[in-house]
Amino acid sequence: MHDNKSYISSFCRIKNNHVTLNGDTVFSKEGTYSEFIKSAYKNLDIKYPKFFKMDRLSKLAFIAANVVLNHENVTPEQEENIAIVFSNKASSLDSDRTHQTSIQNKENYYPSPAVFVYTLPNICIGEISIKYKLYSENSFFIFDNFNAKHLLTYANNLLDTKKADKVLCGWVEYDGNNYDALLYLVGNKGKTEHNTTEINTLYNS
Amino acid sequence: MDALKQELKENLIEQLNLEDMSPEDIANDDMLFGDGLGLDSIDALELIVMLDKNYGIKLTDPKEGRAIFESINTMAAYISEHRTK
Repeated sequence: MHDNKSYISSFCRIKNNHVTLNGDTVFSKEGTYSEFIKSAYKNLDIKYPKFFKMDRLSKLAFIAANVVLNHENVTPEQEENIAIVFSNKASSLDSDRTHQTSIQNKENYYPSPAVFVYTLPNICIGEISIKYKLYSENSFFIFDNFNAKHLLTYANNLLDTKKADKVLCGWVEYDGNNYDALLYLVGNKGKTEHNTTEINTLYNS
Repeated sequence: MDALKQELKENLIEQLNLEDMSPEDIANDDMLFGDGLGLDSIDALELIVMLDKNYGIKLTDPKEGRAIFESINTMAAYISEHRTK
């Protein structure tokens, strides 16, 4: 049983060439995913050169996290106890495929270390943690479908047990040409109640 | 040698995803790691792969990399002497 009420203070959605914050579009651009996400990075004035070295899944998670955390005035200079709980369906399959391609031919066998390091989905959590100096709990779950109940239970448990003051939660999916990110920040303040109905409403909107 | 240095700068930018940098931004004696271009340990591994893939040079002792990858000048000198392709 959840002890205290928790709330969603901000959420970011990235899909269909749009970046939205709390339902309002903050950036949009037609084109391929690579063109779109690079333009989003530049337009949102993030200034973090390591972004260009990230795989496609990490870029997606990184931009979505930036939008939420900046809106919540979270800065790398001020250490905050924010946990991260992400989920998706395809895990790191996009980078896994790229790595597989590089080792497919025994006559031309040159696996790229820069690709290999992203063959785990939770690396995207590491990228966000490094930028914002988040040293709290983190987990990445793989589900067949978006699982609001699990995200709710896990985040509330972190808050109830005082493992974290806030939790950045959500879904970050990149597979083929399909991408979708919904990240939201949960804490003890906010306008939207943190429950499965509200989480599913955000996801289905 | 100048052509090789230019080629190395272009490869570095492309393979290490040094976005917003052009070959003109990299001086031949700039430190590639530390305070120079700020490359990291994964970049170092990519450079080792690049030596093998592009020039047929296999570094068996990773410690060698420290001196070889100091700058474009040191890389070009090593490659000129040891390349097999």
